Amino acid sequence: MTFSSYLFYFLSILAIYSAVMMLISKKPIHSVLYLTLTFFSIAGHYILLNAQFLAIVHIIVYAGAIMVLFLFTVMLLNLNTEEHSPKPVFVKLIAILTGGLLMIVFIGIFRGYDLAVFQDPALSQIGLVKNLGKVLYKEYLLPFELSSILFLTAMVGAVLLGKNEQI
Amino acid sequence: MTIYIIYKTILASVILIISLLVAMYSTLIERKMAGFFQDRLGPDRAGPWGLFQPLADGIKLFFKEEFMPNTADKFLYILGPSLTMLVALLTSAAIPWGPSFLINGKEYPFQVADINIGILYVFAIVSIGVYGIMIGGWASNNKYSLLGAIRASSQMISYELAMSLAIISIVMMTGSLSLNDIVAQQKGFHWNIWYQPLAFLIFLICAFAETNRSPFDLPECETELVGGYHTEYSSMKLGFYLFAEYINMFISGAVMATLFFGGYNFPFIDQLGLSPNILAIAGFFILMTKITFFGFVFMWVRWTLPRFRYDQLMRLGWKTLIPLAILNMVVTGVVILLNK
Repeated sequence: MTFSSYLFYFLSILAIYSAVMMLISKKPIHSVLYLTLTFFSIAGHYILLNAQFLAIVHIIVYAGAIMVLFLFTVMLLNLNTEEHSPKPVFVKLIAILTGGLLMIVFIGIFRGYDLAVFQDPALSQIGLVKNLGKVLYKEYLLPFELSSILFLTAMVGAVLLGKNEQI
Repeated sequence: MTIYIIYKTILASVILIISLLVAMYSTLIERKMAGFFQDRLGPDRAGPWGLFQPLADGIKLFFKEEFMPNTADKFLYILGPSLTMLVALLTSAAIPWGPSFLINGKEYPFQVADINIGILYVFAIVSIGVYGIMIGGWASNNKYSLLGAIRASSQMISYELAMSLAIISIVMMTGSLSLNDIVAQQKGFHWNIWYQPLAFLIFLICAFAETNRSPFDLPECETELVGGYHTEYSSMKLGFYLFAEYINMFISGAVMATLFFGGYNFPFIDQLGLSPNILAIAGFFILMTKITFFGFVFMWVRWTLPRFRYDQLMRLGWKTLIPLAILNMVVTGVVILLNK
């Protein structure tokens, strides 16, 4: 086994462990921190796949901004009390249903994925920022710009919702 | 290959030791400076001109009583200061400290890691720097600590935006995200500060906020919050928080010098006809001089300006710095397009 495969197993175990701990932790703050750890181990996987740009952006956006906001909100709401209010039956049913749907999507992905065309990640240069930029701005220009409009709309919506006065 | 790895290890250790030493003596310089600004002498008891004061402070912090609140979250309480210290020391890896050494015809770069997205790496580390403060502030289980932690997080998020937007104009001019390329393009006296003064001003203000230095030191604001996020900390855990602030100051000085003041470049660098190895050492000392200057600016501002109010801080960040940074970015883009 090479060094990178050791790293792969370490990061995978870490990611799965912290994801499970996120679900079963009693304190909300611990859950948020475990989720952050999951994001870091996934960023490690990106580096192993030679996608440094994706890894760093993953850390900046998810660990650096979104999870800080999560932590901020959880601290402000002061959810320290370990309360276990029983959920109604229909909520549990909906949770099972949506979880099952996600499972179907995953099965679909893995069925369509041909393992035979696996490429050596060290040779694949697509994750480097130069190549990624070229692909994004040449081949996927329209979807890229449309997604930025989507983000803008979401931001405007959030500002509108946050406003107190009537419009 | 092994020589290369050994070289990198030695370089990383040397840079680690230098950042620790600089941070240690910054505390003394800061107190001397405070003394100067307030018309008194500052520390002068330990050794000549108080030169052993940082050692005395360190020993004092190590021997102080360790105190942990009963209701604290034990693991996170210890994790907080450790994380702050770790993150503060990580950034220096991507900074080019000087031109490459040339030994036996082989080139040894004076940089621990030349990452092709170096500047994003620096931002990623800066953006996770707030975790140490937030975790420590929350784990202390004290309302003042919690308020400090919450202030730190919202302040960091607000100022990171303006900071990144200011840097985009530099990246647009250079066409590269690698810190090595950014420095190499400012050869001689073509420093970025001449082309991007507004970006530098925005970056400087944001650097004060990101390092929690006065006038933006609201997370520890002792007039309102006792000690802010480190109210419940004592002994060396408190020392780590205070020490990390000085390391952050050193590193942000280095980043500013690298991005805007030509890094290790100085005027007539090529005309002097120095050999590469001497040039590397000279470049390193030039960079250190620039960092020292920024350290002085940090201290100068701290002992001159009063602290901002929290709503003023937020207004400055969102309503002044971010629009200015966007304007700067658009103007840079238009100028680059016209010059094509």
